[in-house]
This record gives sequence, structure tokens and C-alpha cells, in this order.
Amino acid sequence: MIVNGITVSPPADPRVSLLDLLREELHLPGTKKGCNQGACGACTVLVDGERILSCLALAVQYEGREITTIEGLGAPGALHPLQAAFVEHDGFQCGYCTPGQICSAVAMVEEVRRGVPSHVTADLAAEELLLTPEELRERMSGNLCRCGAHNGIVAAITEFAEAGR
Amino acid sequence: MTPFRYTRAVAAGDALRQGGQAGARYLGGGTNLVDLMRETIERPEALVDVTGLFHAIEETADGGLLIGAAATNTAVAEHALVRRRYPLLSRAIVAGASAQIRNMATVGGNLLQRTRCTYFYDNEGSRCNKRRPGEGCDAIGGFNRIHAILGASADCVATHPSDMCVALAALDATVHLGSTRGDRRLPLTDLHRLPGDRPDVETMLEPGELITAIELPPLPLAARSTYRKVRDRASYAFALVSVAAALEVTDGRVRDVRLALGGVAHKPWRAWKAEEALRGQPATEEAFTAAALAELADALPLKDNGFKIELARRTMVAVLGELAGAGA
Repeated sequence: MIVNGITVSPPADPRVSLLDLLREELHLPGTKKGCNQGACGACTVLVDGERILSCLALAVQYEGREITTIEGLGAPGALHPLQAAFVEHDGFQCGYCTPGQICSAVAMVEEVRRGVPSHVTADLAAEELLLTPEELRERMSGNLCRCGAHNGIVAAITEFAEAGR
Repeated sequence: MTPFRYTRAVAAGDALRQGGQAGARYLGGGTNLVDLMRETIERPEALVDVTGLFHAIEETADGGLLIGAAATNTAVAEHALVRRRYPLLSRAIVAGASAQIRNMATVGGNLLQRTRCTYFYDNEGSRCNKRRPGEGCDAIGGFNRIHAILGASADCVATHPSDMCVALAALDATVHLGSTRGDRRLPLTDLHRLPGDRPDVETMLEPGELITAIELPPLPLAARSTYRKVRDRASYAFALVSVAAALEVTDGRVRDVRLALGGVAHKPWRAWKAEEALRGQPATEEAFTAAALAELADALPLKDNGFKIELARRTMVAVLGELAGAGA
């Protein structure tokens, strides 16, 4: 599989989750282990551009796929625009959920562009979806923030989404 | 997690041969199975990854839809024909889990996900007839606010957690099954079992049998359909009660209806009695209420979940009223 542009081998032990492969074997600690049971979203990464939970993913299932973690989105001195927006809008307090929030939101904005409906989408037949505050909050509900930095998170994602329109 | 062998099936025959071996399980997105393996509630000796097979979503010759079992939940929810012809299915899927999980989870895996009964998950501390048949059920005398009001038994009061299945139950969906002994089809409403005295046996699948597709028949009344889910928070929570419904009203009368309930039973609950009570009746709140009460006449509350009976009645009436209003 390819992780942040670098080819790596899947683990020999099929029990290894994608999350543990990233953190323990590839030494990419940006992706966080929160609940380790699919409830918090801290471990969100991108697979071929789609957001998934790396804690519930067996790494062997992702052979041949392209994985992007927070380290692959931006770096100190070369922040991803959404990382910069999180800094600008105080989209965090402790920062533990932030890599998952950012990976999740990058893919979420693409889902809206593609027209993927959400639980709060009124018209399923709509060709074009708008990222209203209600849509944004519903679509990000899989990423919990224990510090309650939601207002800053919503502001940062909104700015990023509007800049990309 | 107990050690296991992992193989990725490259063709259907290959999958069925490997999946038919003792101790083997099929693996979809893993969002439920991997979690249960980590809890050692599931301990397969081998996993056969079938996510590379059966992705397609295609219109059938008769105008229905064939959905490959490895299609992701997102792929089904966003498909143009699903949104136009079976909106309740899109609505049910996006009411469940989170976007990340819907991107991973497959249709086949969604059908076979296991209950989120907290006593089932409490491997170390609780008795559960699903985990160890015959040892007893701690949910029956315990905290059972989320448990079943219909079709439960003295051995199990767990509910089926899927939203998608409730929509499929209402849509007269058929499940396509494959095995080395041959293929067969089963109405979705016959796939899952009621618990009886064997709550550990949750479906009618034979050993080694693989779900290959779901077929939706052409159902014009489904164009006016919806799914309403009532839960403890606004998003990312399992249903306390949910209702999938499609309604056709002509000259103020119910010409045809499909109705199914989630969160109330060990299986997605097709409301056959309510449907029968409604056909030919005036599309009024009175008739909707009578139909809901007919369905719930057999409901049995536990210590903490009596509210679900009233909630199911109100939700059915509200959803039918919404659909009737939409066509007026």
C-alpha cells in the first residue's frame, strides 16, 4: 500500500489494524487512537480520498490502496489550508481529535461536491448540495471533540469549504 | 484478538470454497466483525475478504435494482436510482452510523451485523444466550430501555441494529445467496430469525453461504416513501424506534402501503398487520392510529422500555401523515 506517497508492505500479522500500522510500525503518530471501537473518529484517515476509521480497518484489507494521514496533508511551514484555518479559528483545545477532524472534513467537502446526501438533506433529488451549518454539523457528527471546540471547528471548515468553491 | 488466517477472495467460486471451511467467516468492511473480534466475542479461525467481489448496482430487466453485496453503504445511499425510486433506502442508510463507517461498511455486512445489546457486548461480566447458549440473559432483569417490544422470547430481548434493513424489509427486497451447493433466494423478511430458544442463531443462512446481492423489485409507490429514526441524540446513535414507509393514496384512500419498524425486535419488523388494516381505508390520522395499534397489539414491555410502544405508535402515525400530506 502507499502511505503519504511512500510504498509500504502490509503487516505479516492480519490482526494489525491500519491505525496500529500507522502509529506503531510506520511511526506516524498524527493519527490518534481514541476509543479504538469506531465511536469517536479520532483515527480518521483517507483511503483513495475517502474518509474511513483506521481503528476498525484491518491493515491487510488495504493492500494496493492509497492512504493519506494528517502528515500527508500538511507539515510545519507548509500547512494544508484547513490546518491553517483550524489555527486561525481556534478549532481545538487539547488537539487530540484535530487530525481526525481535519482528515474527515477534507473528504466531507468532496462528498458534498459529489452530491452524497446526508441525514438532514431535504431534497434527495437535488443536483447541487449546499454546505449549510446544519449539513456541516450532521456530516461531521462522527468526529467527537471532548473539549467542545465545535464553534471553531465549524468556522474553520466553513472557511475552507467556501475558499474551495 | 484471537489469531486467524486472512485471504482475499478474487472470484466467487474461490470465496465459496474458502468460506465453506469450518471456522471461516466472510469479511466485508469489518466495522462490526473486527470490533467483536477485538472483544473476543467473535473468534473466527479464518477470514475470507469478499470486499473485492459484487460491487455493481444495476437496473434489472423488470425495472428493479440489483445491489451487489460488497457495495458500500455510501454507494447505495448516493446512487441516483436509489434516491429517485427508493428514497426511504437512501434516508435509512444516511440515518445510520457515521460517514466514515458508511464508507467502509458493505451491504452484506450491514445485513449480518449483530445486536448492540450492552449485555451481549459485556463478554466478561454478563450472561448472554447469544454468546453462550443456555447460560441466561441478564438484559431481561437488567437495564432494558433499548430492548425489544415485539417478537422477543424468554431467552433473548435483543434488537437488530440496522437502519438499512428496515427500509429493505419495507421494500419487499430479496436476498441472493451463493454456496458450493448452489444458489438460492430468500425474501429479506425471512433472512433474520426471531430469537426463540436459539438466539445465537440469528439468520437462516446455511454454513458457508454467502450473501451476493440484494434485489429490489420495481415498486412505484416507493417513490413516495421515507424513513424516520427516533434516537437519544440527533446523530450517530442507534434507533430507539424507526419507521420505514411508502404510501400510495388515491381519492383520499390508502391504495397501497409498505411499513416496517426498527429498534423494536430481533429482526427488521415488517408491519404486516398495520398494512392489512390500512389498505382501502381513508388516509386519515384515525385510520393510521388504528393500523399502528393493530401492529402493536402484541407488544410486550420490559421494565424500562414500555415507552417504545407509545413511541412506535406516534412515529408510525406521524410518518404516514407526512407521506399522505406530501401527496395531497
